[in-house]
Amino acid sequence: MRRVDALGVAGVEVGFPYSDSIADGPVIQTSFTRALERNLKVDEVFRTIAEVRRTVTMPLVAMVSFSIVTRIGVDRFFERASAAGFDGLIMADLSLEEAPRVAEQAAARHLRLIMLTAPTSSAERRERIARIATGFIYYMSVAGTTGERDRLPDDLIDNVRQLREIGRKPVVVGFGISRPEHVRSVCSVADGVIVGSAIVRRMLDVVDAGGDECAVADAVEACVRDLLTGLP
Amino acid sequence: MSSTSLDTDAGTPAGPDSHGRFGAFGGQYVPETLMGAIHQLEDEYAKARNDPAFWTELDGYLKDYAGRPSPLYLARRLTERLGGAKVYLKREDLNHTGAHKINNTLGQALLTRRMGKRRVIAETGAGQHGVATATAAAVLGLECLVYMGAEDVRRQKLNVFRMELLGTHVVPVESGQKTLKDAINEAMRDWLGSVEHTHYIIGSVMGPHPFPMIVRDFQTVIGREARQQILEREGRLPDYCVACVGGGSNAAGLFAPFIADTDVKLIGVEAGGEDMKPGRHAATLAYGEPGVLHGMYTYVLQDADGQTMPVHSVSAGLDYPGVGPEHSSWKEQHRAEYVACTDQETLDAFQLLCETEGIIPALESAHAVAHVVKLAPTLPKDQTIVINLSGRGDKDCVEVARLLGRQIG
Repeated sequence: MRRVDALGVAGVEVGFPYSDSIADGPVIQTSFTRALERNLKVDEVFRTIAEVRRTVTMPLVAMVSFSIVTRIGVDRFFERASAAGFDGLIMADLSLEEAPRVAEQAAARHLRLIMLTAPTSSAERRERIARIATGFIYYMSVAGTTGERDRLPDDLIDNVRQLREIGRKPVVVGFGISRPEHVRSVCSVADGVIVGSAIVRRMLDVVDAGGDECAVADAVEACVRDLLTGLP
Repeated sequence: MSSTSLDTDAGTPAGPDSHGRFGAFGGQYVPETLMGAIHQLEDEYAKARNDPAFWTELDGYLKDYAGRPSPLYLARRLTERLGGAKVYLKREDLNHTGAHKINNTLGQALLTRRMGKRRVIAETGAGQHGVATATAAAVLGLECLVYMGAEDVRRQKLNVFRMELLGTHVVPVESGQKTLKDAINEAMRDWLGSVEHTHYIIGSVMGPHPFPMIVRDFQTVIGREARQQILEREGRLPDYCVACVGGGSNAAGLFAPFIADTDVKLIGVEAGGEDMKPGRHAATLAYGEPGVLHGMYTYVLQDADGQTMPVHSVSAGLDYPGVGPEHSSWKEQHRAEYVACTDQETLDAFQLLCETEGIIPALESAHAVAHVVKLAPTLPKDQTIVINLSGRGDKDCVEVARLLGRQIG
């Protein structure tokens, strides 16, 4: 993370593994399954982040299922996330319907609540989501699960432009983004992109080939450098 | 017997509230991508619920195609053997495809058509809901795909072949524990990418609102019929209604029309498995705690970190680490009581029903029988118990033979 921070990325999303993650495609699922097989606990994620936080200045966002948050206790989880040094939260399974109370609890712990919008969201919902979101609005480029895609949908640019006008908040695009040319076209209208599976897949590849932690970090840095070339 | 609306003289099923909550339970914990389709379903069902033509069409299929009403049968020899309360069986095992599941799949398939969608998907554990969905899709001309855990595909080859005969594509799910909960995850993931033209026919009273309400409503035909039938036979309501609970659809269907009849005791029987140690049972209400799973806030079997725990039951249909939110609410209100029967008690009850009544029950339904084996002898002879015999046991014969140490097939 220190090396990625040095490259000037805007922040890192840290995934808490979950046994039944509905919104995730095969790559993120595999990473979750492996982490859980090695018995990775919520406590350890918080401990690691607290440690990393001492030397890393970029924003850190927790990507976590609301199932885990509910189980730990919403306020207790937020308190611990805040204490560990997280700046915000992304909970893909927290719908707009369930979000209002949670938003207050996040605000009380000084955490940004990043809300997701989809290509299937109506204009009215996009507006309500934009109102409740803090930090930025996460636009899912496709209706589906996380994972790399060759092509991004044609309506993406228009939808993002519209969302920026409605929300008057930064719009960041995720799902399917895996190449510098994706970064280039999306960043012509969006405030940023989120890349998950493309990076995690390279990490898994290195681990599968017997690489150590250093080799994993090398692969991540190379991948991020490559993606950054797409920035205008 | 008419079932042209959801009314009985005890009223229509109550709840959930406008937020999809049964008390504290229920809600909608799903990715934003699905919310459009979920609202479309809410709107379409609200219209259908008040449309007599919808119920007339559904009732037509239930009667002429699925074989309803199902009989309420007085189990004389079982009653004699147990030596206490009179035991009636609501014979859902006699429905087309062999279980109560068809009540729901026909209803949701008709809703699919109303929404102008052409494809349905479903999850299945033992294969009963998969077969019932494949059947409804075939008769209504819908494209159908069923997700089934790879482990279950191996154990339930016959049901896989039945679905294929019915023109359905069965996809083995290799993720997680490769059983029912993983099949649900995969069906949800499919739906995320296919919502525009696909409806997800959830098989139980679970998932995000409005599914628990819709599935309950379609299954209340069981309780509405049973209520009328017992009144005709006994001139009064039963003292007990007993049903097995996995996700809880057959129990909800039997219980809901009796909820306002507070003298009728309602008992849900969960899968006690081998014992009460974590991972060796599927008794969510008995041993679990409230949490979020598959889009709903309800009782779940999770570890301290919120990870879903492995479950076990002799019956694949009860092998689920969550339960419908309305059951969680009935438990908290003490309107229904939830107990667990072990694999062994279930196997004994399975054999007892075969021998005394000539009925081979599904292992799921045998859990309800197993509890009545304990309950009936403690009650006076003028009391009555209605068991929901939710399915027939042909599908379980190979597994039971194996457990009894016999080799067949």
